[in-house]
Amino acid sequence: MPVITYRKALNDALAEELARDENVFIIGEEVAQYNGAYKVTEGLWQRFGDKRVLDTPITEAAFIGLSVGASMMGLHPVVELMFWSFAFVAYDQIVNNAGCIRYMSGGQINLPLVIRGPANGGTNVGATHSHTPESILASNPGIKVVCPATAYDAKGLMKTAIRDNDPVFVMENTLLYGETWEVPTDEYLIPLGVADVKREGADISLIAHGRAVITSLKAAEILAREHNIRAEVVDLRSIRPLDEETILRSVRKTHRAVLVDENKPFCAVSAQIATTIQEKAFDDLDAPVLRVCTLDAPAIYSPPLEKIQLPTAERVVEKVLSIA
Amino acid sequence: METLLEKETFASAEVNHGLTPERKIDFLRQMLRIRRFEQAALKQYQTSGQIGGFLHLYSGQEAVAIGTLSLRSEDDQVIAGYRTHGQALAMGMTMNECMAELFGKATGCSKGKGGSMHLFAPDKNYWGGHGVVAGHTPLGLGLAFALKYKGIKGCCLCYLGDGAVNQGVYQATLNLASLWSLPVIYIIENNQYSMGTSQERSSAYRDCLAARAEGYNIEWDRFNGEDIYEVRAKTWPAIQRAREESRPTVLEVATYRYYGHSVSDANAKKYRSPEEIDNYRKLHDPIQLWQKRLLDEGVMTEEQAAELDAAAAAEAAESVRFAGESPLPDKTDIFSDVYSEVDRQTPAGQTGKFFFND
Repeated sequence: MPVITYRKALNDALAEELARDENVFIIGEEVAQYNGAYKVTEGLWQRFGDKRVLDTPITEAAFIGLSVGASMMGLHPVVELMFWSFAFVAYDQIVNNAGCIRYMSGGQINLPLVIRGPANGGTNVGATHSHTPESILASNPGIKVVCPATAYDAKGLMKTAIRDNDPVFVMENTLLYGETWEVPTDEYLIPLGVADVKREGADISLIAHGRAVITSLKAAEILAREHNIRAEVVDLRSIRPLDEETILRSVRKTHRAVLVDENKPFCAVSAQIATTIQEKAFDDLDAPVLRVCTLDAPAIYSPPLEKIQLPTAERVVEKVLSIA
Repeated sequence: METLLEKETFASAEVNHGLTPERKIDFLRQMLRIRRFEQAALKQYQTSGQIGGFLHLYSGQEAVAIGTLSLRSEDDQVIAGYRTHGQALAMGMTMNECMAELFGKATGCSKGKGGSMHLFAPDKNYWGGHGVVAGHTPLGLGLAFALKYKGIKGCCLCYLGDGAVNQGVYQATLNLASLWSLPVIYIIENNQYSMGTSQERSSAYRDCLAARAEGYNIEWDRFNGEDIYEVRAKTWPAIQRAREESRPTVLEVATYRYYGHSVSDANAKKYRSPEEIDNYRKLHDPIQLWQKRLLDEGVMTEEQAAELDAAAAAEAAESVRFAGESPLPDKTDIFSDVYSEVDRQTPAGQTGKFFFND
């Protein structure tokens, strides 16, 4: 099976969907002639041309609003945000328009729209460029949010997102763009709302999404090697819809859970997962549900410090050892 | 204010020249329907307790919606802000579905999920009805973009108020409209007040609000919105420009609202003098002016006009009855129309949990 980068997997997904459906178009800052600020859209403009791959001015509210309007008319825009942090410039368009118009129209209008881009800290670009808004956005009914952790998931989830008839926000990670995984050449789709057990284990559940899955896998390795603890790693993949069954199945098996999350702790995705576990698997627990989140301050610039502000494998190990 | 000569020029403008008596009478009928619908809604708001939230009345501005929308073709798309009853009825929505929506009933156009500010009829190319000031202006651009993308020779008419022009998203949208040469027309219905703040206290401008389009290399015009002939004569070049050249236009239309920003505008009679409101009602009412024109032209009689008015009032009364007798949405309806895939029970609507209730 070919080994490709997370970036290339996304690029392949976009190219395949552009070729499949002429209503799909890509729009965003530097996505066309510049080949993408992070090269996710590399080569697409050359292959598909001006009509299908559009460079915009730096004007998020306008081009996201335009895309919402175009989706109302049956087009299927795939909007790139250079950083998901910039979503706040277009928050009204994203939350009020993409998120509420279907409902306020009594279901008369569909909004088949994808917004994608990186949503992560850890690249020393300061607090304004390091937000992880999956928790904020997933708290809005009407919106779907996915956070792929691997190249395989990135491709499969992106293709599904583009074929979905609702607004789907795909949160990628710049620190993963250059990482490689095995990705089949045959077409495949990954449904939204289906979690993936990335590593089986019987002693504790590490539940994570996005790059925190990779951190969890590293921690699981250390726990197995140095502490003889068999950790199970559950990758949510999709935040909304959420695969509660897989989460609960894992917790009922291991009786312990540490939630690993690059959100800040307050109202984080992991806070929702913790609520779900205590509501539905309380009697299965042998220990309190604990969390390893990004340390609760705006993202610090200082490179060595930002590294430890995000969840690390060491912090996960430490947290696991406190209850297992 | 234009001279009498100009008024006559508008009446004989090419776009008005071929108007049949039936169409002219229909314009009056449509304006009366908006006026009577809103009067009935206002009464219900004040007395029945059946209408909640906000009710932004369009009364006084009717000639803008009817005049501009009388020029639309079947491919044109329309979107508006929160003062939307006029456009909704002008686009062919029924009083029943609109009144039922105000009542929050299941028979409302949005099944009671949108309310007064969120009337929609996409099957009639009417895309709402949007509550956040100027938030819909890039959506209108998207409708125009979709027309161009699909190779359809239409345009988008996007209505906004004078209070919307200072939102950043509107300015950002104008830039993109011109840069990408999209067939959109922004119609600023300038009723002089952004809620309780007059234009002089809210906007910086040299000549008029539409003139800001100059900086984006967008054609613009400014005219009076009380006379349908003038509205049509001045709007037609913008529609042609959009359809034939795929270029945007900004139009600023002078108009006036008789009521407050919304019915719950506590200061509605404080920031404007009673004399000012009276002056508009007496001298500039678009319905009275149009009716007078039709009488002067000999197109119809006073009796016919009275019949039209009575019919509009009866239709409005019937819509109140319909709305009152209609069922409320069911509690389970709270969860429909959120996700298309869930509503249709597709495979994508069945994996994972979509709603997180206690």
